[in-house]
Amino acid sequence: MRGEIVAFCCERSAYPAADLAGKGKLCYPDNLRVIRIPCAGRVDAIHILKAFEKGAAAVLVLGCEDGACHHITGNIRARERVRYCDMLLKEVGLDGGRVGMFNVAPNETHKFVRIVNEMNEKIKESGETK
Amino acid sequence: MIIAERKPMEEIKQMIAPYNKLLLAGCGTCVTVCWAGGEKEVGILASQLRLARSAEGKEISILEATVERQCEKEMAAELKDKVGEVEAVLSLACGAGVQTMAELFEEKPIFPALNTAFIGMPEKEGLWVEMCGACGDCFLDRTGGICPMVRCAKGLLNGPCGGTRRGGKCEIDPEKDCAWVLIYRRLEKQGRLDLMRKYYPPKNFRAVKSPGRIQAVKA
Repeated sequence: MRGEIVAFCCERSAYPAADLAGKGKLCYPDNLRVIRIPCAGRVDAIHILKAFEKGAAAVLVLGCEDGACHHITGNIRARERVRYCDMLLKEVGLDGGRVGMFNVAPNETHKFVRIVNEMNEKIKESGETK
Repeated sequence: MIIAERKPMEEIKQMIAPYNKLLLAGCGTCVTVCWAGGEKEVGILASQLRLARSAEGKEISILEATVERQCEKEMAAELKDKVGEVEAVLSLACGAGVQTMAELFEEKPIFPALNTAFIGMPEKEGLWVEMCGACGDCFLDRTGGICPMVRCAKGLLNGPCGGTRRGGKCEIDPEKDCAWVLIYRRLEKQGRLDLMRKYYPPKNFRAVKSPGRIQAVKA
């Protein structure tokens, strides 16, 4: 997993967006590893930390847009957890900004690709890619 | 319940610096409820320590285990095999749990990962407030179940200090309610305001047993 971007994608929003991006032949980095999850709120701090332990360069949590979460508050919880994880990572000397939470609607393929590309550029600058 | 919070990461890293094989021991009771030392926090701290060591280019092997109550020897003894495999133990229990572990496993260094803060209760999600100072001479029968010793910033026993702010807030911390305003309102509801007119002599702190020791009498 060294140098990869792990993207936890909600199966109701970001995962269909990733799928559509593929169908639409949009290019995104090959070091992206998409993990399908039932809701962004399913992602816990330990999942994000384990990804970094296994060598991930960055972790993205992609959930539904505000007010559109099928589980009502999953995306809000995910945002809080990502903020908490950012603090945990800073505590152990890992640069901030390598974990992010974004809202993506199921049809926002270009937004999905932009988020992944921006994160890839960020880790390239810090020399974290494989 | 006992409320604790995790020590700063730098302090923890310094404590465990000489060791490469550790057991992170959590406690499943009070510190689990106050999000400081349960199974989840053990996992997070273990992961953080592995990441920190890896960033330094060093290795660390961490075992993780959580027992129901670390302050009971019978339960802490469940960790015997795991303690045997490591060089040191980082305990995520309150001070009582750490000392129980230290007494059980005298040959191994046991380090506290938490600072034990107070006896309290949750006010809302993620916020715990002090409720009891364990003074050994409970006063709650006279104050409508509100302890002025810990909930009044000045620990006054005979009414408010005179600095109470508008809205019944504390002079010292405007975020907090004045304990004596709360007591007055509670006693008013119960029709026991006559208690406010009674004078209570200074508290008998000799009731605080130090070190505390209580022998229960079985019925």
